[in-house]
Amino acid sequence: MRDFYGTALSNGLMLGTAQYPSPAILADAFKRSGASVATVSLRRESGQDLAGQDFWQLIRDLGVHILPNTAGCHSVKEAVTTAHMAREVFDTMWIKLEVIGEEDTLQPDIFGLVDAARILTEEGFQVFPYTTEDLVVADKLLHAGCEVLMPWGAPIGSGLGLNNIFGLRAMRAHFPDVPLVIDAGLGLPSQAAAAIEMGFDAVLLNTAVAKAGDPAAMAEAFASAVKAGQLANAADPMEPRDMAVPSTPVIGKAFLT
Amino acid sequence: MKLLLNGASIDAQVTTLADLIVIEGFGGAKIATAVNGTFVPALARVDHILRAGDAVEVLAPMQGG
Repeated sequence: MRDFYGTALSNGLMLGTAQYPSPAILADAFKRSGASVATVSLRRESGQDLAGQDFWQLIRDLGVHILPNTAGCHSVKEAVTTAHMAREVFDTMWIKLEVIGEEDTLQPDIFGLVDAARILTEEGFQVFPYTTEDLVVADKLLHAGCEVLMPWGAPIGSGLGLNNIFGLRAMRAHFPDVPLVIDAGLGLPSQAAAAIEMGFDAVLLNTAVAKAGDPAAMAEAFASAVKAGQLANAADPMEPRDMAVPSTPVIGKAFLT
Repeated sequence: MKLLLNGASIDAQVTTLADLIVIEGFGGAKIATAVNGTFVPALARVDHILRAGDAVEVLAPMQGG
């Protein structure tokens, strides 16, 4: 697996921390899956209950890499300001950059994304941009200073899997040295395995685990899928063929007619 | 003076952002602040003078995907 801004991850599973039935189940999902990265966010704090402080303690205790996001930001200014605030709170240069452009699909505003990425990388941020599989946008993000790309599999929270296999395969082939993460849209471990088999370095998901009947078991299933995908990719899969080819040797077959 | 704190109107007798953070119960908490949409680093709060009508955002770690 390729490094992420010089950081080698123990595995290619990145998990979100939202929507779990309870903090204990969230922690169990991370424990059982061994996920290497946790995505987190920033939201308004209340001086009365200080709810964010308990959550922060829980996340710190997981012992994983922290990837703050700019979820919900719709403008460059909003995303850049949120990144500044996240850097101070989480004490990391990593930022999962989201600039949302469309409400129904939560598709990234790729123009704002490139602008924000340029600003943040010039400030030293290590940007993980949530993007599409568009190769032109990907190239512009790399030129803006990004060293990781995170194309969507499908719209956030949809569970549809890999909507554009051909586009994603082209992206992998076009940028052979760039760490690539499928971010968003995965619903099943088999979809994660397919992405990793294709050569993607990691998958980032949240809803598929948090909204499963048994989140911890589903997290473990995704971890197994990622591992299977990595083994398969390293094993150099066969090329598919249009026509059947017998696997049992024909030579030596008895003549019984 | 009247301020907006995380979208809610409050009346606070404070001079600086650092004062506001303490009297509103955030002292010592893991937070980040912004005033009128501009990030104010922790070290700058003590010098940041608040004015009537300022919109203050106090953010903390939360669940995210």
